[in-house]
Amino acid sequence: MGSPGIGYLRQNRRVSKVASTTLRDSFSVSLTVGAYGVAFGAAAVANGFSVLQSCLLSLLTFSGASQFAVVGVMGAGGNPISAIATASLLGVRNGLYGVIMAPRLKVRGIKRIIAAQITIDESTGVALNQESRGEDAMRHGFYLTGFGVFIFWNLFTLAGALGAQAMGDIRAWGLDAAVPAAFLGLVWPRLVTKRDRMIAIAAVALALALTPILPAGLPIIATAFIAIAVGLRP
Amino acid sequence: MSALWIATIGTSVIAFLLKYSGHSIPERFLANPKIQRINALIPIALLSALVGVQTLTEKSSLIIDHRLAGVGVAVIALFLKAPFPVVVLSAAITSAGIYNWL
Repeated sequence: MGSPGIGYLRQNRRVSKVASTTLRDSFSVSLTVGAYGVAFGAAAVANGFSVLQSCLLSLLTFSGASQFAVVGVMGAGGNPISAIATASLLGVRNGLYGVIMAPRLKVRGIKRIIAAQITIDESTGVALNQESRGEDAMRHGFYLTGFGVFIFWNLFTLAGALGAQAMGDIRAWGLDAAVPAAFLGLVWPRLVTKRDRMIAIAAVALALALTPILPAGLPIIATAFIAIAVGLRP
Repeated sequence: MSALWIATIGTSVIAFLLKYSGHSIPERFLANPKIQRINALIPIALLSALVGVQTLTEKSSLIIDHRLAGVGVAVIALFLKAPFPVVVLSAAITSAGIYNWL
């Protein structure tokens, strides 16, 4: 984002007070995260979803981890209930973000519905990063990032889904390895402490151990108990 | 309605309800540190489990094939702090190479 963009926006009174740092933060996060949408669109089609279903998931669910989870569980042969349950467990944190953002946004009716839909990791994260610049900057960061990610994520989803559909045998293109690699890329930044890494290894081991025994999908949900058990310890 | 449609619509409806309910309940519900901690750990467990299952299983059996090589290269790329597209592409190229030529 160079200064010409900022200068142009200054002519518009409604966004005239957006700090250039807030705008830059929002834009860079929107573009980088939105580009992950390619991986999602490709993963969805690789796991049997249609292009329309892939795009609807990005438009309506609009939460990366939940979307990857639902296509991952269905692709592994799981039933829709396990897929929805896994995706929803991952979506709980968006609800917690809503609790943080609501007192700052103070919106009702249709505006609250829109604000809720764009309440995700990135919009909340950028908003909280603007805290030192005041509540206006937080609101700007939230909406700019939320709408920005929404636009790029959906465009890139369509591109990824169409690309994967054109491939035919996805294994010949390595897409069956790219999908777990994309999950790995999502979880890697979260593995900060030794405890985080132990949980990750334990979850892989438990899910693999349960795969021959339980119906598809359940081995993945079962690993939530590891997180609960560790989280409840003092 | 097919299973994929149920999964698509069901996930979307619950995802929105979770987001909207967050905007409609008082902030003090978030105060419990245990809930916050569990909430931070759940993505680690579920996403790691998905990596394992998508790399090493086929239906209900464990299997080692070209995918493991691809994900292994992705791990190396992540250790080298490679950006996300490089991680995914290196996994795809490795896996496709083994699948097509070995």
